[in-house]
Order: sequence, then structure tokens, then C-alpha cells
Amino acid sequence: MANIQEKIAKLFPEATFEDGEILLVNIPDAKWHQLAKCLKEDAELHFDHLVTIVGMDWTDKLGCVYYLNSTKHNTSLSVKVTTDDREKPMIHSVHDVWKIATTFEREVYDFFGIIFINNPDMRRLFLSIDWKGYPLRKDYDMNPEVNPVSLENERQEDTTVSYVEKEDGTIEKKVVEIFAPEDFVVNIGPQHPATHGVLRFRTAVDGETIKKIDFYSGYIHRGIEKICEGLTYPQTLHFMDRMDYFSGQQYHHGLCLAIEKALGIEVSRRAHVIRVMMDELSRIASHCLFLGTFCMDLGATTMLFYTLRVREQILDIMEKTCGARMTFNYGCIGGVMQDLHPDFVKDVKELLAVLPKNIKEYNELFIGNVIAKGRLEKVGVLSREDAISYGVTGPSGRASGWACDVRKTHPYSIYGELDFEEVVYTEGDSMARTKLRIAEIEQSAKILEQLIDNIPEGEYCVKVPKIVKLPAGHYFQLVEGCRGAFGVYIESDGGTSPLRLKLAPPCLPLANVVDHLTQGSKIADLITIGGSLDYIVPDIDR
Amino acid sequence: MYDLSVITKWIHELLMSFMPGWLATTIECVAIGVALLLVYALLALFYIYFERKVCAAFQCRLGPNRVGPMGLLQSFADMFKMLIKELITLKNIDKFLFALAPYLVIIASMLSFAVLPWGKGLQIIDFNIGIFFLIAVSSIGVLGILLAGWSSNNKFTLIGALRSGAQMVSYELSIGLSVLTMVAFAGTMSVTGIVEAQENLWFIFSGHVPAIIAFVIYLIAGTAETNRGPFDLPEAESELTAGYHTEYSGMHFGFFYLAEYLNLFIVSGVATLLFFGGWMPLHIPGWEGFNQVMDYIPSIVWFVGKAIAISFIIIWFKWSFPRLRIDQLLALEWKYLLPINLFNLVLMVLVIVYGLHF
Amino acid sequence: MPYEAWKDNEYIEQLLAELRANGTNVIVGSFDKLINWGRSNSIWPLTFATSCCGIEFVSLGAARYDMARFGWEVARASPRQADFMMVAGTIVHRMAPVMRRLYDQLAEPKYVIACGGCAISGGPFRKSYHVVKGIDEIVPVDVYCPGCPPRPEAMIYSIMQLSRKMKVERFFGGVNRQEKIKDFLANHPEESLGY
Repeated sequence: MANIQEKIAKLFPEATFEDGEILLVNIPDAKWHQLAKCLKEDAELHFDHLVTIVGMDWTDKLGCVYYLNSTKHNTSLSVKVTTDDREKPMIHSVHDVWKIATTFEREVYDFFGIIFINNPDMRRLFLSIDWKGYPLRKDYDMNPEVNPVSLENERQEDTTVSYVEKEDGTIEKKVVEIFAPEDFVVNIGPQHPATHGVLRFRTAVDGETIKKIDFYSGYIHRGIEKICEGLTYPQTLHFMDRMDYFSGQQYHHGLCLAIEKALGIEVSRRAHVIRVMMDELSRIASHCLFLGTFCMDLGATTMLFYTLRVREQILDIMEKTCGARMTFNYGCIGGVMQDLHPDFVKDVKELLAVLPKNIKEYNELFIGNVIAKGRLEKVGVLSREDAISYGVTGPSGRASGWACDVRKTHPYSIYGELDFEEVVYTEGDSMARTKLRIAEIEQSAKILEQLIDNIPEGEYCVKVPKIVKLPAGHYFQLVEGCRGAFGVYIESDGGTSPLRLKLAPPCLPLANVVDHLTQGSKIADLITIGGSLDYIVPDIDR
Repeated sequence: MYDLSVITKWIHELLMSFMPGWLATTIECVAIGVALLLVYALLALFYIYFERKVCAAFQCRLGPNRVGPMGLLQSFADMFKMLIKELITLKNIDKFLFALAPYLVIIASMLSFAVLPWGKGLQIIDFNIGIFFLIAVSSIGVLGILLAGWSSNNKFTLIGALRSGAQMVSYELSIGLSVLTMVAFAGTMSVTGIVEAQENLWFIFSGHVPAIIAFVIYLIAGTAETNRGPFDLPEAESELTAGYHTEYSGMHFGFFYLAEYLNLFIVSGVATLLFFGGWMPLHIPGWEGFNQVMDYIPSIVWFVGKAIAISFIIIWFKWSFPRLRIDQLLALEWKYLLPINLFNLVLMVLVIVYGLHF
Repeated sequence: MPYEAWKDNEYIEQLLAELRANGTNVIVGSFDKLINWGRSNSIWPLTFATSCCGIEFVSLGAARYDMARFGWEVARASPRQADFMMVAGTIVHRMAPVMRRLYDQLAEPKYVIACGGCAISGGPFRKSYHVVKGIDEIVPVDVYCPGCPPRPEAMIYSIMQLSRKMKVERFFGGVNRQEKIKDFLANHPEESLGY
């Protein structure tokens, strides 16, 4: 970390540094784009993965914190860029360095009104085109009369704006065309059986061939980040179940880890083991449901029922211990809510006994099917470079040859001591993404097998102060959800509720990459590609 | 084997005995029409129930079991509901064609019923080009689908209709050629002729290799023709919401829904006729006792039973296989089925010429 | 199931009392009975789910809960062909016009079940700037099914309640429900919906 700091300091004397778990670089906006290019391209630095952009409102100034990872050196870095202007805040865009930045910057613009210079698409991402104000700013007017529920159809534009910097330094507003007037645009979603929720694709087609896709989200944007700013830390936890509702356990785990890190709490070994087992159980359940719904999208409905059979079994185990089928709210600060159910060990062993048989059945019924092969192989090929640049993590990233499993790259909890493989395929097509998930079910089962007989005695939840106050500062934690790396950023001013709680979901990059993958393929491939990426819309929208 | 034409002849003579010929014919036509409609509706309702039960069985479920004994009345409830549902009128559509389309689909499947050999002597019209007539009228259905898609003024329905057009035109070829193969084998286009030719042994056995190839191709193409999975692209639910009938509601949608199942029956019926001896009972040469037992089962049971058995296979692969993509669908037809079919026709001719069949 | 086992819904009992008080013609009445038997036994849902509740709806279709037993498994993706809309999940500002449009596209007679806390009142997201506080602001709701998400059993119960409600309605003449819809629609005009 020291040499990164030295190197940046040498190249950019303006930069200042803050030490922490992850080094933070402060850089003025004028030099930011240059630094970004250097960070990505320099062989020693090689920060090629933009994890997230955290928009921030510190009342006196606005700004962004960029979290970067290097896939080559496995190092992390954060960069802070600020602006004092509240009326028309502007920061230079880095969309040409990391492709995912285009969408991340749109999100920041939507919430904070920060305009990114040179970003080709400066529209709102989640809120409707006529929304007044920027909701995550501290001075946002929460009065419902400002933005009432409208039954009017939303205004639809085929153009977007871009703020382009000219050579003399002046900024010019430019109108950019998304769809040409002669394009045949089919609207897929928000209510559509194959979008896995309320995502909307405006698809320009030429016959059956897709020319371009423009994705619209926000049809389930519930403003979790803003609500959390008004809640205490333990209260924020239950929202984690309602984003990616299959990865509830992992997301809980992530937020708990971040808060525990800030408080300096050491969790008991028993709690660690329980959390990891719950994570892996929900991963199996999630991948099973993925397989089922994916096959249903492709027309093979029967698979859904076979995969849900396993999922129901896991839900039974969960229900006995957590008391719910879906929104468990099981992890808590300091451990878990309740102790394991006495039947837990027996039930998990039963599950592990039936899993191999089921996986064999899935392979025979679907993966080996000649039609399935035709539909999946060589469809939606994502290269490793693009996967990193678009920030596609999780099983989809690993299917493209990018070893991005947070459990291996930044081991948390007890994952460091467990024996499991990170499955990586290099084909990058839909088939690889599907097969990889089946392989991950096997790996999760392997983890469960190691732990099920070794659950240590001890307390399931350590003593935590009644009122949780985080020391002032910022904390970042990455965990591996079912669909990719889930990041939690907490900024605290020392109070009982967060100043800013940013949730960096894995599904936004997944939905964002659909346009790149589908160009030139058929309408039916959109369903294959979207299904194999397996995004969850409430996770995108938060 | 009891000849059902005795009954029809008796009715005809009875009517003729006390009324003029034209009146008797009219009354007979009306009676047949009513009977046909009744059979048509009952068969569709049965098929809906049948498919729901069969797919439930594949999926480890129970299927309808609350409405009536074993859920038998489920599809009747559906029909009553469908009848009273609102027919939504849309703006900016071609109203005439929009209303016409479902009737075209229904008429096409209904006309096909006319030549199906329901039982010995139980056939509405029996003329020397029965099979030809069947193929001709069954292809009217695609017109209805195209019109439905086009007149709805909706992009999904339009894509669905175009897919359907491409699919039907392609697979019509395969159906035609495999039927032609069997017609060549039978040496007649008359439906009765084909059935009679299978008195001793069904064509699937007597025609051995080429007949089996023709049957497999016919089954694939027939499934495609009825828009059922894995060829249900025109109404691919996960892609085009409901495909060409997205904008139809109430009974208009009901017609499409019924026609889908009736086409399934027709395709299975024709397969029965061409490959499994129509209403002919299972006869094995030499086993006289067995053949006589088989003769006791009424011919209509044979026909319907065989058709349902073939439908069962079609339903089976609908629920097991994923859907094809449009280019794969067309490649399957033009690159594989069509050449195989042409080759098979030649093979069949050789088999006939050299008398290699049983 | 015997009728007595069901006597737990005051609202439906009240509807029934209203119906009995008015009396009816024998022929029309028996037609009504037949039609209502059909309608209440054939309830096709619209495939519409926004979040977590939608996944429980999938579970409802799966082998353990198997809604096919009641004949509800024919989920139609096109609103024109569906009978009721199970609003499973949060409805936010951006989704509100879309949902209203879907409701308007349903063919009469149509019903709405508000499924889950979010659809009923905004649920855990009530304080948000972008969440509709209960879908009954937008569409008339027939059955409320609380839970977060409701268990599949609760969903089955709610659809059965809807089925009972259909049974006590009258299709010919005095259709007590549709007048209420008209009132609702008059109070929540759709003139600005662009179609």
C-alpha cells in the first residue's frame, strides 16, 4: 500500500492521502480523469475494476468516493473527488476508463445532481424524467406534494443529454440521440414475464435481430438508502432481506461485518459458522431457483418444479431456525438472532444426501438437452476484459474467466480456512454461466459438509451496547452474494444512524451489460442472456 | 367389427321415407353440424383438462382436483367464465379483420374434422382426395394467426404473427412430404382407402424404416404446425407475452385457446390415420384369437384412443424441452427435415417398387 | 368445504344479506348461479410481480402448494386474458401509472388482490419518497393479503376469499361490485392516461 501511495504522490503532487483499511486518495477534480487513466493503465497499479461510486453530500460540499480493485495485484484503493458548487456541481466522468462508470455516474446524478462532464448519457437512472429535486441530498424536500403519485404516463424521450467539455475548457450541453426515428422500437417490460421483475428494455429490432437496447430501471426503486439515514443501525438491517431476496443472508452478513468492524466487535466462532452455513444454504437455494426460472424462460417449464423441490427443502431448514420463508432477518450485530434449531444438523444432512441426485437430474434433463445446447452455447459471449470493465462479478463474471469470488480474493468471516474451489470457466457464454452455477451448488455443499459436524459450542450472539453508535469515519465491506460482490459503504458522524449508507449491489452491472451482450443477436437471445445473467430487479433499484 | 354406417344409412332412409330429399339432406347437415360442434367443444374441454393433469403429473403436482370429482369440471368452469368475459374493443385496429381472425382459426380446424375417420363408417365426407383436402383446409389456420397478429396493432403480436408465418410455411412442407410418403405407400388419397389398406398391419409396421422416419418427421412438423412447445414461438410467453393473441380477450381468446387443443387432436388424428391404422384395431397376422378380441373394441374407441396416445407424446415433449430459437427452427426444417424427407420419399418408392414391405 | 367453516368474513356475509333482501327472479337467479360457479372456479392470475411476494407466488405454483388444484395455474402474461391481478410487491411512483394501465387493460369482470405489506400500505418502505402508500390509492382492491411476504398458504386463503366474493355477486342486474368500481374510477380519473 505504501508504494501505491508513493507512486501516486510522485505523479500527482496535489493528491492527499488518508490511511485506513483501504487507502483513500483525495484528488481535485481537474486532475481526476488523468489519475483515473493512470490508475487503470499503469502496470504496477492496474486498478481495472471499479467496484462502486459512492455519491456523498457532506452539506458543505458534494462529491464521490470511487472504490477500485486491482484484479492483478488484488489490492484496493479509494479515491475521493469533491466539488463545492451546490447549484451546478460538476465532476469529470471516467466512463472511458471503466465502462460501468457510465451507469454508476447516472445513479449519482440521479441522487445528488452531480453532472459528469463528458458522460455520453446524463439522464436519471431510477427516478422518472420529471422528478423534482435530488433525493439523497441532505436538503431534499420530503414533502409528498412536491412529487405526488401520478397516474399520467411518464414522458418518453428518444434523446439524452451530454455535457461535453470543449478544448477551451467551456462546457457545452449536447443532445444525443438514443434511437433514430426510423428504428422499430419494441418495449419489453416493465410487466413482462421474462424480465424477472419490473425491468424495462426498449429494444430496437431489425426483424428478429436486436440493434440496440436501452434499459430503464427504477420501477421498484424504494429509496432504501435514504430511509436508512433516518434509522438506527440495527433497524437498517432488515432492508437487506428485501433487496436481493435470495441473498438476504449474505447481505445481512455484509452489513453486520461492516458495523462490527466499525465497533470493533469480535464475533464468536459459533456465530461465524452459523452465518457461513446460512450463506451457503441460501446460495444453493438461489442457484436452484435461478436454474428453474431460467429454464422456464426458455420454455422448459418442468425444470422449475424439480429445482423448487430442493429450494423448498432449504426453506424448511431456514424456517425452523429463522422463523420465515423468505425475509429471514437472521443476522444481527454481534452474531445471529436465535440459536440453531435442534433439527438443523439432521435436516442439512438430509439435504446434502439428496443434492447430488438432483444435480444429476438437472444435468440430464436440461444441460445435456440438444435444444438447450443450441440455445445457450455461444450466446451472449462476455470476454474477461469486458466482464472486468463492466464490473460483472459473481457467477457471471467467473464464467468469463475472471476469478472474482470475494470469498477467495478478500476472505471474510471463516472463509479463509475453508476448503472449497472457486469455479472459473473461460467460455463466457450463457451455457458457462448456467453450468457454473450448478458447479457452485456442489462447492457450497462441500462447505456445508465441512461445517455441519463441526459447529462449535459457544454463544450465538456476543454482547453489544444497547445503543449502537459508530465512531465517525467511513467503512467499506465486500461480501459475495448469490449474484456477485455486494458492497456496503457506511459513513458515520458518530451518531446512532448513518450519515450515508451506500449499498453497492451486483445486479446493476449485470443489467447494464445486457445491451453489450445482445447486440446483433435475436430477440429470443435477450431472454437467454438476461436469464443467464440472473439479475434481481429490486436489487438493482434498491 | 361393427359397421357404424348401418346406423347412418338407417337414419338417412328413415328421413327419406317421409320427406323430400332436399329437406332430408338439410336436416342431416344441420344435425351433423350440431353434433360436430358438440364433439368439438367437449373434445377441447377434455384436452384442456387432460393436458393440465398430464403436465401436473410430470411436475410432481396434483393438477386440478377441486372443481367436480377429480377436477373434471375444471375446464367447464373455465368455459363459462370465458363466455362472460368482456370482449375489449381496441382503438386504432382493423376491427373487421380483428374479429374475423379467431373464426378463421376455428373454421380451419373444424373443416379438418370433416374428413377424419372417426370409426368404421362414421365419417362426414369420404371422397377420393380426403388427405389432400385435409392438408388444404388445415393451412387456413395460419391465415387467421397472421391476421390476428397484424390487425391487433401491437408490436408483440406482429412479431408473433411473422414468426408463425415463417414457421407454418416451412413446416407445411415437411407435413406434406411425410404425408405424401404414406400416400405413396397406400396408393390412395382416400381416407377410407388408407384405413382399409391397414387392415392386416398398420403402416408403421408394414412400412418399417421409411414409415418410421416419416412418422418421426410428421410428429415434429405436426407439433410445429400446432404451435406447441418446443415450437411455440408465435406465442412464446416469456418473449412475446402471449404472442399473436396478446390483444384478444374473452371468447375471442377462447377460440384461439380451443383451436390450439383441437389442432393437437387433428394432428394426432392424422398421425393415427396414416401410421396407426385409423380406427383399425391392432391386428397381428397369424394371431387369430387375439385379432378377434381386438375386434370387439368399438372402432371409435380405437381411433380416439390412439389419437390421445399420440397427443400424450406431444404434450410430453412440450413440458420437457426448451423452446427453439427462430433461426434454429428454420434451420431444422430446411437443412435437416426437408432433405431427409425427400430422401425418405425415394426410399419409400424403392420399398414399394421392390416390394420390401410386409 | 362446509359453508360454516367459512363464516369468518363479515364483509361477504353483509353482501350476502344484501343480496337475499333484494330477492331475485328464478331463471335469472339460476343463470347467475351457473355463471358464478364458473367464474369463482376459474380464476386466472395475471403474471405480475414486482418483488419478494412474487417469489412466494412462484412457490405457490410449485409442487408443494400447487395452486393448480384450484385451477389457478393458468397464469396469463397478457392482461386481456387474466381475471385478477395479484399485486405482489411494492408499487413505486414510477410503477404506479404502469400498474393502473395494466388494471385498465384487464377484461371485466376484474379483481385485484393487494398482496403483502408493501401493496397494502407501503409496508417497511412507507417512509420513502418514492413508494405508493397502498395501492388502493390507484386501483380498487378486493382482497388484502398481509404478510412480508405472505406465506403461500395465506395467498391460497386470499384467493379463496376472492372466489367466495365472486360467488355472492350477481352477474345479471344489480351487480353490487361494479357500481363500486365506477365510483372509484370517477374519483380517480384516468383522463390523463394517454390511450
